[in-house]
Amino acid sequence: MRSLPVRCLRPGWGVVPIILLLALWEVVPRVSDGSGGGLLPPFSEVMVEGWRLLGSGVLADNFLSSLVRVLAGFVAGAITGVGLGVIMGWRENVRKTLRPLISLFYPIPAVGWIPLLMLWIGINDLLPIVIIYICSFFPVLYTTISGVRSVDRDFIRVARSLGASERHVLLTVVIPLALPYIFTGLRLEAGMAWRVLAAAEMIAVPTGLGALMMRAQSLIRIDIIIVCLIVLSVMCLLFEKLFAVLESRLTRDWC
Amino acid sequence: MPVIHLESICMHICRGLDLTIEDREFFVLLGPNGAGKTTVLSVIAGLTAYQGSVFFNGSCMDTVPAEKRRVSYLPQNLVLFPHMTVVQNISYGLKARKWEPDRVDERVRELLGLMHLEQLGDRYPRQLSGGEKQRTALARALAPSPEILLLDEPLASVDLQTAKRIRGLIREVHNATGITTVYVTHNLEEAQELGDRVAFLHKGSVQQVGSPSAVYFFPENENVAEFIGTPNILECCECRPVGHGVAEVSCAGLTVLVPHEGNSIRRIAFLPGDVYLSTSKPPGPEFNRFVGEVVSITPSRSTVHVGVAAGDTVIIAEISPSLHTELGLAVGDQVHVILKLRRVRTYEE
Repeated sequence: MRSLPVRCLRPGWGVVPIILLLALWEVVPRVSDGSGGGLLPPFSEVMVEGWRLLGSGVLADNFLSSLVRVLAGFVAGAITGVGLGVIMGWRENVRKTLRPLISLFYPIPAVGWIPLLMLWIGINDLLPIVIIYICSFFPVLYTTISGVRSVDRDFIRVARSLGASERHVLLTVVIPLALPYIFTGLRLEAGMAWRVLAAAEMIAVPTGLGALMMRAQSLIRIDIIIVCLIVLSVMCLLFEKLFAVLESRLTRDWC
Repeated sequence: MPVIHLESICMHICRGLDLTIEDREFFVLLGPNGAGKTTVLSVIAGLTAYQGSVFFNGSCMDTVPAEKRRVSYLPQNLVLFPHMTVVQNISYGLKARKWEPDRVDERVRELLGLMHLEQLGDRYPRQLSGGEKQRTALARALAPSPEILLLDEPLASVDLQTAKRIRGLIREVHNATGITTVYVTHNLEEAQELGDRVAFLHKGSVQQVGSPSAVYFFPENENVAEFIGTPNILECCECRPVGHGVAEVSCAGLTVLVPHEGNSIRRIAFLPGDVYLSTSKPPGPEFNRFVGEVVSITPSRSTVHVGVAAGDTVIIAEISPSLHTELGLAVGDQVHVILKLRRVRTYEE
């Protein structure tokens, strides 16, 4: 049996299915000529609406609101997740003390907190930020703990015998060697933050991409909903790519 | 450099271990896997909790943390920091000890030169060969000018040629600096080549301490003898240097050439595994070849011990079961015994 001609495929070939999908998307609604009840506008009409939303500033305003919330929630979640993760990974007594508590909260889905947080902090900008924070914090915490604990004890022993204090070992050996794990967590959660954002904004706040989608739904503006979904998809990919590039930059020389 | 004294050390497999390592000594801890050799190093370095006491020059070090003991530890797998270049690895201990940047640069340059790493300073460990990694790890261990150097089977993962070169380098460094060095190995040859003294460890206790020759020629108990391989030991009555680092000795009615300069050999020894047997006369030079009669054949699980009466002694040879079958040996057969010159060890008084 002949092996698959994998080597013949160039990287650009991945674009082909996308182009095919877009072509189908353009043709099928036009051919069906409204028999689908206008539930899927052609691709070109969606793009025109997207351009119009950009020109009017509606898309930009809502996108900026969402971006600020994602950045605030994700950065806070990442900093506290990495910080506590390093401490828990490094200090066994802290890990043993906090692990049961964290294990209780971790399984709760981030959006599951929304009803409670609506009562506690009200319907305002802080709500989606807190949801994103919760969504980012736990996975980053766990990957950081794993990263720190995965560092070979011999590295630490050698560093100590060379005269390094515990703090110096942590900063110069343990954290750098845990970076691949930490970045895996950050990369996954950077994308996840946008996914959770849409849910939080749909339910809880009047601005942002999620809220724009909900307004479009009430006006049966499918083109606007699809524009928002495309923006969310692109932002997910961009954020994940950003951390993949950062990880590669920081570790490419030695990984 | 300090005298190291371990007193009643209890840790893992070690139960009440006592040991003294002299100032500037190259001391080898020899023993099989799981004998407690690495544990002893960890205790000296202060890298593990232990019961008992460690003294450096009479001062108790039990409460002194690892980073303050002035001990450099080089583990078996070297553990070069993968995210640091050769220069950063070497300078790590110096920066940790807060040396001035100028002194750090000077010391790193000195060590790069000593270890022949001048061209490799910017490389990461993954870009180095096995030997280059060894030299980098050694340079890093030596950088902070430690008073004690602990080497845990540092040559376990390099090829024979590289190991030989680095053994020479390690010995050279020891001669030049006089650092009290403790070297862990399960390789008898390494122990003999490097050690001023050897301690044989078995199941966490010291079985014998002495010069490499003393441990080889006079194993004090069965554990030591079994590890060494129960060599054939022959008493010698005459010794005559023949030049080029070779001497001719008469032992038990046999004339043997040995790698030795001088005329004071009292015993020679060779391991059963270093004795070759042949049923036909082997080609090549005539020295160190004897004709004898098979007097015993003792099969064990993976080897066969063949006793051959030659001269006034019985030489034990260790061969594989397949070779034994191939040769078709039986008691009373005539065989040719071949000793490799470089595998014969000598003992002087």
